[in-house]
Amino acid sequence: MKLSLTVNGQPRSAEVPPLKRLLDVLREDLALTGTKEGCGEGECGACSVLLDGELVNSCLVPACQAAQAEVATIEGLCNPDGQPGPLQRTFLECGAAQCGICTPGMIVAAHCFLKTDEPASEQRIREALAGNLCRCTGYQKIVDAVRLEARAAR
Amino acid sequence: MFRDAVASVGEVGRSPARRDGSEKVTGRALYLDDIQFPGQWWGRTVRSRVAHGVIKSVRLDPAFDWRGIVCVTARDIPGENVVHLIEDDQPCLADGRVRHCEEPIALLASNDRERLEEAVEHVRVEIEALEPVLDPLKSSRVFKELLIERNVEALPAVFASADRVIEGTYLVGHQEQMYIEPNAVCATPGEDGAMTLHGSMQCPFYVHRALQRLLRLDERKIAVIQTVTGGGFGGKEEYPSMIACHAALLARKAGHPVKMVYRRDEDVAATTKRHPAIVKHKTAVARDGALLGCEIEIVMDGGAYCTLSPVVASRGVLHAGGAYRWPACRIAGRVVATHTPPNGAFRGFGVPQTIFAMEAQMERIAAELGIDPLKLRQKNAYVLGDQTPTGQTLNWSVAAQEVLDAAAARSQFAEKSARFSAAKNGRRRRGIGLSLALHGAGFTGAGEVKLKSRAGVELTARGARVLSSSTDIGQGTITIFAQMAADALGVSMDDVEVAAPDSSRLPDSGPTVASRTCMVVGGTIEKAARQMGRVLSAYAAGCYGVPEGSVSCRGGVFFDGSRALAPFATIAERYLRDLGELRVIEQYAQPPGIEWDEQNYRGDAYVCFGWAATAVEVTVDLDTGEVQVDRVVQACDVGKAIHPILCAGQIEGGVVQALGYALLEELVLKDGRVVNSRMQNYVIPTSLDAPAIEAILIENPYPHGPQGAKGLGELPMDGPAPAVAAAIFNATGALVPQLPITPERLLSMLEARK
Repeated sequence: MKLSLTVNGQPRSAEVPPLKRLLDVLREDLALTGTKEGCGEGECGACSVLLDGELVNSCLVPACQAAQAEVATIEGLCNPDGQPGPLQRTFLECGAAQCGICTPGMIVAAHCFLKTDEPASEQRIREALAGNLCRCTGYQKIVDAVRLEARAAR
Repeated sequence: MFRDAVASVGEVGRSPARRDGSEKVTGRALYLDDIQFPGQWWGRTVRSRVAHGVIKSVRLDPAFDWRGIVCVTARDIPGENVVHLIEDDQPCLADGRVRHCEEPIALLASNDRERLEEAVEHVRVEIEALEPVLDPLKSSRVFKELLIERNVEALPAVFASADRVIEGTYLVGHQEQMYIEPNAVCATPGEDGAMTLHGSMQCPFYVHRALQRLLRLDERKIAVIQTVTGGGFGGKEEYPSMIACHAALLARKAGHPVKMVYRRDEDVAATTKRHPAIVKHKTAVARDGALLGCEIEIVMDGGAYCTLSPVVASRGVLHAGGAYRWPACRIAGRVVATHTPPNGAFRGFGVPQTIFAMEAQMERIAAELGIDPLKLRQKNAYVLGDQTPTGQTLNWSVAAQEVLDAAAARSQFAEKSARFSAAKNGRRRRGIGLSLALHGAGFTGAGEVKLKSRAGVELTARGARVLSSSTDIGQGTITIFAQMAADALGVSMDDVEVAAPDSSRLPDSGPTVASRTCMVVGGTIEKAARQMGRVLSAYAAGCYGVPEGSVSCRGGVFFDGSRALAPFATIAERYLRDLGELRVIEQYAQPPGIEWDEQNYRGDAYVCFGWAATAVEVTVDLDTGEVQVDRVVQACDVGKAIHPILCAGQIEGGVVQALGYALLEELVLKDGRVVNSRMQNYVIPTSLDAPAIEAILIENPYPHGPQGAKGLGELPMDGPAPAVAAAIFNATGALVPQLPITPERLLSMLEARK
């Protein structure tokens, strides 16, 4: 099928099998390798993207489901010059990234949470990130970064 | 929540953003699977489905269209069919016999991934099954036996006359490293049989040597390049040699680069894990809590091949007596073969197993004597000048008491422990527990001397470039190397680059393991940078006609005493123009007086130890057996915090891995085969399982470490599991002697106590 969608605000299209995973469409057809694969079964969250504003595991989304959709990936959270955007910079400064493989998905999930008006309590942040596994940080600095960013945004 | 390290004038002690951070937070960092290798094919592995058997035949289904698919078996190996490590007993591809489930038998590659997946199902492997040995206690094949004896002739009398003799048996299971990036490599064939291997790994030179043996190639024809690595934790210490060998065989036959990226279930089922262990303690104690003597017996399950088992067992045995003085002891260990996937390196490397047993035993002792567990530890913990079971005198950097005090104070251990013990109402009970751990930094005994690891610096027009093959796998190697080299040279770390690991161009700094990177390799880099500084100071003195001895570089400027001569870059450029390149490579040298007797297990097992005390608070639901961890405080003595945020990151991450070990992570094998090989059924902690963690950095300097630093990477993993067990003990009165402490295990113990 010819897949047309909006990725990070840009109209994109690709010729893909309808059941190709959105993750692979992003990585292979659109060369957006910032979205990672950790398990391929929706457990680790490394492939998190926003699909029409909702946080999804792109390894579980078939291409056909993303037709005409708005997709936001880690690349879309950078400043226009490609440098880290505000949330990414806060992650960096807090030491919230170690090996970095979960980081893009984690930041997308954090971004999704920060768009809501929910109070950024420790518990709510932990709930919002519970679908994203990290094996390096113990989550402490990730939670710290999200709390700090929420405070800065207010 | 870390205590800021002592104010520092240079780069060390500050916490600049990590070097590779921008790439990682923007998604630009290229992990192996993010790289397209021109003309790349994909590789897959055909594995054994039985634990033990004789291979009768390996045939390609004639009904399948094999065009465009390359198949490799053991017959295609040009060199030796081994994955080179300690014993060379592990074949790269099973030849004749399989000794564990998931053992690789054949390899396939194609440029069509879908057909490749199909093809895997069309390789017909006929195996005549043999009876497997799955119970380590029934195994007759021993990889390594170890024995430490101290004052052992006195032991019978010690046990006979002690006020109490307390016994306990402790069990721990496998643990999966579960790095989020699975094992991944790409082998690219070159001219004349040359091979370039890119991959996710900790130890490029392990892979380099393994490829040499397998391909029978001159070492100069191999290049092993580490790509950005999405976690390792020991799981990418030795296993990458296996997958690299596979990819290289396929690439050689296909004439194309071959990429192999494991699926998650394949990675969990087939690759190395933490060794399961059975640890028995018998302790002689005085009424006042003084430890008088002990016998400890350890059996570890090594799995089907030797891998690193002898060294894991050795480290386990060397730490089995914990951080306590033993007037007399006998510590015996063995690691044996079973027909299960080989176990290997995992952060802690044998120590989390034996420290769990030791610390749980301390809880048992405290309870039986009616002594406060903190006081029991304080009474027996090492102080400067004490001797370890191997007879090593602890001459420096002993912070057992300091970390205990820090963790106890911050967690309000005494007050809470009393309060929780008294509150025995309701179905939700709170508890607090404590543990003490030590971790030897660097390789054991003469290991570092044998490694002869090398690292150094070379001059650039702005500053220097660090040359080492130590890998950054998330812990921050390249950042701290830049800090340490900058301080040694007297320049800003912004003017120090760190070369990316490539085994064909950089010195062998030894493996990135064993809490050695900062202390051993960092120290070697510091030494090389100082030497380069001396060379440049002498050169600058010559340029300006001032006496050599009075010139030094501070803050990026060469001074003659207090008079500024020229910026570093000016001298560097002039040096490079007039004299050419300046490269200083140093080899690690053991501090004087360190002696180790490998035969008798006597002497200085480690140049120094890191010390950690962990306090854990839990809430236990008596009806469901569920344990919620409410708070963790861990105080770690790191000698010197080179980068406090990275140090705290090691502590927080290590603690949560250890909480998984304590409560959640249980590998289930059926007939030798891993049945929970997915993230859905092998569960690691999420952000909701992880509590708030307070990391306290203690700096008790190691006099021979770079600015006093010693190893930290593994230490945080060692103590939390027994602290959890102690907290549950405090909450419920049940001391669960087995990890993980699942609700089922806890409930059955609570039942049994009724």
